[in-house]
Amino acid sequence: MNESDIRAGVIAAIQAIAPEVDARALDPARRLRDQVDLDSMDWLNVIVGLREHFGIEIPEADYAQLATLDAITGYLRGRQRERWVDPRQTEA
Amino acid sequence: MIEFKLPSLGSDMDEGTLVAWHVAPGQAVKKGDVIAVVDTTKAAIDVECWHDGVVDRLVTQIGEKIPVGTVMALLRAPGEAAAASPEAPQGAAPARQRATPAARQRAVELGIDLARVVGTGEAGAITRDDVEHAAARAPADLTTKPVPAPTPKGPPVTAPTMADRATEMRKSIAAAMSRSKREIPHYYLSETVPMRHALDWLRGANAERPVTARLLPAVLLLKAVALTVRDFPEMNGLYVDGVFRPASAAHIGVAISLRQGGLVAPALHDVGSKPLDELMRELADLVKRCRAGSLRSSEMSDPTMTVTNLGDEGVESVFGVIYPPQVALVGFGRVADRPWVDDSAVVTMPVLCATLAADHRVSDGHRGAMFLARLRDRLQAPDELQGERRE
Repeated sequence: MNESDIRAGVIAAIQAIAPEVDARALDPARRLRDQVDLDSMDWLNVIVGLREHFGIEIPEADYAQLATLDAITGYLRGRQRERWVDPRQTEA
Repeated sequence: MIEFKLPSLGSDMDEGTLVAWHVAPGQAVKKGDVIAVVDTTKAAIDVECWHDGVVDRLVTQIGEKIPVGTVMALLRAPGEAAAASPEAPQGAAPARQRATPAARQRAVELGIDLARVVGTGEAGAITRDDVEHAAARAPADLTTKPVPAPTPKGPPVTAPTMADRATEMRKSIAAAMSRSKREIPHYYLSETVPMRHALDWLRGANAERPVTARLLPAVLLLKAVALTVRDFPEMNGLYVDGVFRPASAAHIGVAISLRQGGLVAPALHDVGSKPLDELMRELADLVKRCRAGSLRSSEMSDPTMTVTNLGDEGVESVFGVIYPPQVALVGFGRVADRPWVDDSAVVTMPVLCATLAADHRVSDGHRGAMFLARLRDRLQAPDELQGERRE
């Protein structure tokens, strides 16, 4: 998955929780939760959405790294080197 | 014959519009079954039946706006004989698809019959997107059936626009909050609660859990309040007609803000007796349904006290307005690192500010202070908040 696909997936996960978000208006370098009204339950649901979309389990200890859209995209790219586990696929 | 009346939906909602019946005459119902869906400014409420019985007659018509207390249906008690001459079924529409308020409003704007739209939302609910997609299909398939003529019981009801709904919700909140401040002599107390033990415990618990089972600090706070209130019954119950009735369990109203604006505080039932994982699942489900605009009547009418957690908004403390006829509201602010004196040394400690707003007709500051102190103490021993309380 390339960077723009990853970014699109992240935005989709956010918009699933906060449908009013205009992706074009988001500053990718600015703290996400300063731009989008996401409480702790919403944030948890975004993380669940990212897991479903990218197949990656994100530990709570890593949340601090996910402050901006750029940071989330970079984090997911870094994790991409691991084996992808697509929860939708069944084992052969 | 049992008169089934529209139950109270919370002190700031005194009426609703019937949108669907889920039962028909002749059908047996049990306590807890959803028998109708009533639309209010805050949500579409699933009205639950409080009696076992058999539906005899449906009185309220679809589309009718009715005040709380209106007889909606007549039920025969178990064992009661049916009327001698069977009546033709009245007003029983087939069970309608659940739809979000936004979807319903869009359907009216576009002239779409919701019964013909496939829902892809929560529990098969129709979302606004579903309606938009359906509108893109041939209009002849989907246009609304003619609306039944209005009954003498009420004026013709047109579906509210989003702006109407927001205005109505604002009016409901205004009425409830004004009533609260008029009638309830509030007193306010606050306490700074060290949270290191609680947060360390949570970190450990969440490291072992997949993201779908992770616990939010909110459930620890809710559980701590529920357990503390067992020793302070004057904080948990309803004050009605000059008499305070303490509740037998803590059904905590959780203040949830709605994305489109507005506030609702539906009950999480019996918080004190549930393990944290179960509370977390129920809270997540409640928030989801709240935001989809779909709640149950028992969730609206049952709160015995309210907790508001504005820590996410970044405020230090919240001094709330009690939601009548309750008598207390506990507020939690954000967790922040502060200098703290621990055993004569100054350390950094994550703390939050817990507040109590309480009804001075029912409790005094001394008891309120003891309540907050006990709450603070409970949050220092998170292990004891886990499972069910041992009597």
